[in-house]
Amino acid sequence: MPEPRLPPRAGLGFKPAHFEAIIAAPPAVGFLEVHAENYMGQGGAPHAQLARLRQDHALSLHGVGLSIGGMAPPDRAHLARLRRLCARYAPESFSEHLAWSRHDGIYYNDLLPLPYTPETLARVARHVDAVQAALGRPMLLENPASYVAFAGETMPEGAFLAEVARRTGCFLLLDVNNLYVAARNRGADPAAELACFPLHAVRQVHLAGHAAATGPEAGPPLLIDDHGAPVADPVWALYARLLEATGPLPTLIEWDNDVPPWPVLLREAARAEALLQPARTRRAA
Amino acid sequence: MIAPAPRPPLPADASTAPLAAALLDPAAPLPAPLRPLPGEAPERRFAVHRNNVLSGLVAALAARYPAGQAVVGEAFFAAMAAAYARCHPPRSPAMLAYGGGFPRFVAGFPPAAALPYLPDLLRLEDARARAFHAADAPPLSLAALATADGGLERRVLRPHPALRLLASAQPVVTIWAMQVGEMPLGPLSAWQPEAALVTRPHQAVLVHRLPPGGVALARALAAGRPLGEAAGQALAGHPGLDLPSVLSILIGQGAFRQERGPRSHGAPA
Repeated sequence: MPEPRLPPRAGLGFKPAHFEAIIAAPPAVGFLEVHAENYMGQGGAPHAQLARLRQDHALSLHGVGLSIGGMAPPDRAHLARLRRLCARYAPESFSEHLAWSRHDGIYYNDLLPLPYTPETLARVARHVDAVQAALGRPMLLENPASYVAFAGETMPEGAFLAEVARRTGCFLLLDVNNLYVAARNRGADPAAELACFPLHAVRQVHLAGHAAATGPEAGPPLLIDDHGAPVADPVWALYARLLEATGPLPTLIEWDNDVPPWPVLLREAARAEALLQPARTRRAA
Repeated sequence: MIAPAPRPPLPADASTAPLAAALLDPAAPLPAPLRPLPGEAPERRFAVHRNNVLSGLVAALAARYPAGQAVVGEAFFAAMAAAYARCHPPRSPAMLAYGGGFPRFVAGFPPAAALPYLPDLLRLEDARARAFHAADAPPLSLAALATADGGLERRVLRPHPALRLLASAQPVVTIWAMQVGEMPLGPLSAWQPEAALVTRPHQAVLVHRLPPGGVALARALAAGRPLGEAAGQALAGHPGLDLPSVLSILIGQGAFRQERGPRSHGAPA
């Protein structure tokens, strides 16, 4: 199976509003990422744009609907759609989330949490196996943002993801914002969580902004992974610490709500490049 | 992640059922498997997911039906869309197709009964969404039709994959055009039935108001009737039909696809 092979540079999520700006200039980012589900129509502008962008950009295909943490195996029709997209666009990487979104035939259109136990571990590993068999390539599994905790959970997330990767041969997508948000929402130390993350399996990074919801109670606000703001400073600091441990990694800036103009996104990507460049130099030395 | 608090010795409920049951039901209690954390109460934490689910589905419907939203306003639309989403949640993660049943739902939604044109306005927007994602095909040009071998009367035209037709008892094309800014907002000169031709010959979706009889002609052609027979059917129902004009609209807007091979030229009657 082909290894994920995105360049270890900064990439941006593609939004149709930016198409003209992107093709008007030479490629300015290391890769583009799209949500697979937005390209599941038969034709029209989405495919025309993606085919054009694919000519001179590396591509990360990022799924949001496979429900890998769900009780049912990945939906066969959805896997077939993903297989067609992989065949048509030959993305350098395919990734999905450690989450569920389907139950009993209903699709909830959100990344929903699951407890980390030997039972859910076995289920997730089976589903990752099924995805990799259907696509004929290893996938990247992304750590979720989380807001809740489950009674009787027996495994920390890092150990859970390490074991999924070991059993299935999949790689990991480390969303540093998700790790930060999840740690803070649990009252844990993000740096300590990063130290426990199975970095050896990480092949891509996500960075995004979050919002702080101030509730009626005193105490720390709940952090919401809303992809609607610049990457927060503590997340940049955590990212810099990550690169010191791993060396350069393909790094996506996600900005999906209140999307700013393309030049603003390019500035965020440049900020990631400024940390990736010394990491590449260190690796070369 | 490592939880700071000691864990209760309960078995984890690995089933997604308790959470699923509480996501779309605002009156459902907090799912039992969740446990408290420092800071915000579990109810408020789970509310993030409840809000994500419902607001995501409402946003998907608002994206599919922008003119409908403009007519009723954001708050009314959100309430109507949430009512639909609770009754008809998506069955597939291919969300591009979600919401096709919304016009029918709105037609039976009592609070919207004062706007009799709203369901057809939504049907027009649904047709546009389907056309936007339809398969690609080169449209048939007038020149290709004129230069084809065989008698024009016996020609069978093949519908373009994006072709959609809507005949409404309301002036739905004009209302749509005003709501999306293709026409200046203003009073309607006449409240009369309108028919919409929705096409997508290339990447942009086109909406055109067809004259009376236009839909009958387009439907007969799309159903595979030869041109002469389709024209006869349409003229029987609409004696005033300007056949050359309507045909040139249909072809000019890309309603039919280019012929593939010589077999389709002069198909047998």
